Amino acid sequence: MNKNNLILYSGILIFGLAAPFLFPAFKVQLSILCVLIVLATTWNIQGGEMGYNSFGNILFYGLGMYLCASVQVGMFFPLAEWTESGGEKTFVHTPAQFFQGMAVGLVVAAIVPTIIAGLIGYSILGLRGHYFAICTLGLGVAAGEISGGIEIIGAGQGFTTPPFPDVGSLEARGEFFYFLSFFTLILTFIAVRSIYSTRFKLILNAIRDNEDKAEAMGIETMKYKIIGWMISAFFCGLAGGIMGGLVGYIDSTDVAFDGREMGVFMVLMAILGGKGTLWGPIIGATIFHIFKEGFWTFFLGWQYVALGVLIVVIVIYFPEGIMGWLREKYPERFGEVVDEKDRKAQVELK
Amino acid sequence: MDFMVFQYPMITVQACLDGILLGILFALIAYGMALQWGVMNIINIAQGDLVILGGYIAYFMYLYGIHPAWGVIVAPVIMYFLGVLIYKLVINKVVDRDLFISILATFGISILFMQLMNFAFGADVVLANSDYGTTMLFNNNVVLPNSKLFSAFISILFAICLVIYMKKSKLGRAIRATAQNARAAKILGVDTEKVYAATFGINAALCGVAGALISITFTIHPYMGLPYTIRSFMIVIVAGLGNLPGVAMSGMGLGVFEEFADYILGTEFRIGSVFLLLVLILVYRRFKLSRKREYLK
Repeated sequence: MNKNNLILYSGILIFGLAAPFLFPAFKVQLSILCVLIVLATTWNIQGGEMGYNSFGNILFYGLGMYLCASVQVGMFFPLAEWTESGGEKTFVHTPAQFFQGMAVGLVVAAIVPTIIAGLIGYSILGLRGHYFAICTLGLGVAAGEISGGIEIIGAGQGFTTPPFPDVGSLEARGEFFYFLSFFTLILTFIAVRSIYSTRFKLILNAIRDNEDKAEAMGIETMKYKIIGWMISAFFCGLAGGIMGGLVGYIDSTDVAFDGREMGVFMVLMAILGGKGTLWGPIIGATIFHIFKEGFWTFFLGWQYVALGVLIVVIVIYFPEGIMGWLREKYPERFGEVVDEKDRKAQVELK
Repeated sequence: MDFMVFQYPMITVQACLDGILLGILFALIAYGMALQWGVMNIINIAQGDLVILGGYIAYFMYLYGIHPAWGVIVAPVIMYFLGVLIYKLVINKVVDRDLFISILATFGISILFMQLMNFAFGADVVLANSDYGTTMLFNNNVVLPNSKLFSAFISILFAICLVIYMKKSKLGRAIRATAQNARAAKILGVDTEKVYAATFGINAALCGVAGALISITFTIHPYMGLPYTIRSFMIVIVAGLGNLPGVAMSGMGLGVFEEFADYILGTEFRIGSVFLLLVLILVYRRFKLSRKREYLK
């Protein structure tokens, strides 16, 4: 790690740790930003690096959300009674129970989607290109529709997650969720960064560029595709669990399996920042979140119209993303050696 | 789980007939999907929203006192021009790009349409009442609304007209030539840009007809578009591109499947079962293809 990187990382770390005290009013927004960055970064693992554009990561996100909340409630109280009567009025978590439940819930929320991704991976990841995209879109919507019919997790009326216990300070809830999501973000970043410096990333890129050739070279593509998807699922589940606690209310199609919002956001953020780069999804998510909050606040009701237009504009006019644009403009900064003569010759050709 | 449907034969007959009449409508939408997929190589996620929009045109005529059946004539005309407009604004920029780009771009159009329809028409479930009455069959045990028979008849009529048009007319021949080989068609003097616009327009018009019929027979709602897209996608991948009898058969099969899923699993799982069926079909297809070691590019 060189000196510039060290300064950059420690700067971001210090800013992240100080942010909730510098901007106390934006704690929830900053936590959501952390979750969005986690989602965009992990979508990028199989969407950008592996070339498998999935609309279905929302499946793991929603699963994580439901699992975390169910475990948190189910460890101490009967789950069916809780969801039936809006249980937060009758049952109250003590602080110890709440944090214990949250910890176990997050572990379950991360592990179970990973296992599910591994199990369905073999069938789903054999599909190519647009078949994969549509299949995962179907998976996400099906999960939403089906979970909306299951009584024990609240069916159509939703599931209230345990309210934050009274620990003496009004600020505690926001700070707890902020640091939880910020910690997850750092964990994700370290994991993704170390993945990107190994042979594994090169294999994923080989799969993206030409899967048949990669297979012919002796790479067991299916194994690596499944592992890539499982890594995404792990962090998506974790992010979902945190988001469930943060929002405080889970609805099957509007919060958990929200393919129309979160499912598209992940894709859009990664594309806006630049697919297949480490920093692209992070920059994309930050810009997107600022834009979205501005729009959601000032043009309430028109946000989906703006979202639709934004998707079309980004996809058609800006498919390379911000990092791709920067790369084209300043290739030297990205470690690409540019032959001046060659470059001039290309300009003349144009 | 409720297996009553198998104990009473009349319910089975009812479900089958309902399913077939519904499936004919699905097949009409799927035909439009197959057309644009085959000719332009794009997958249009906004297909279902075009259907719902066509339905709202018929519903509006009903609100203003015109019989909604006339929507079958009016909706395709409006939708044709809307389709050409969408093509000129968005689709022509994604035609020769990656398929995922077209999926994402039309997803954006779909979200846009959904919300605009929600603004314009409200979020209520509506239907245009046609007052066609019902037909009773088998000792009054099976009830068939005449509007469903009417919609199936109109769908078949439009499909036949379209097939003849594609076979005989100059534009139809140009469309088929472009689908076979766009570059060769261009060399031989076909204006492919115009052909693409016309194809998308015809697809939108078909959606308009189907939507108008759906608003007469069933209900429409601004957010109900995506299931229609998924159904038509499913029908096309089961039947294959350019296989019209196959499209009709798998459309009817899907309709019957849905009616039975509705009876057995309950209405709340109806849409979910459609999406699960899509996943199952794709996975089945993947294993079938991988046995042959062939991949569709």
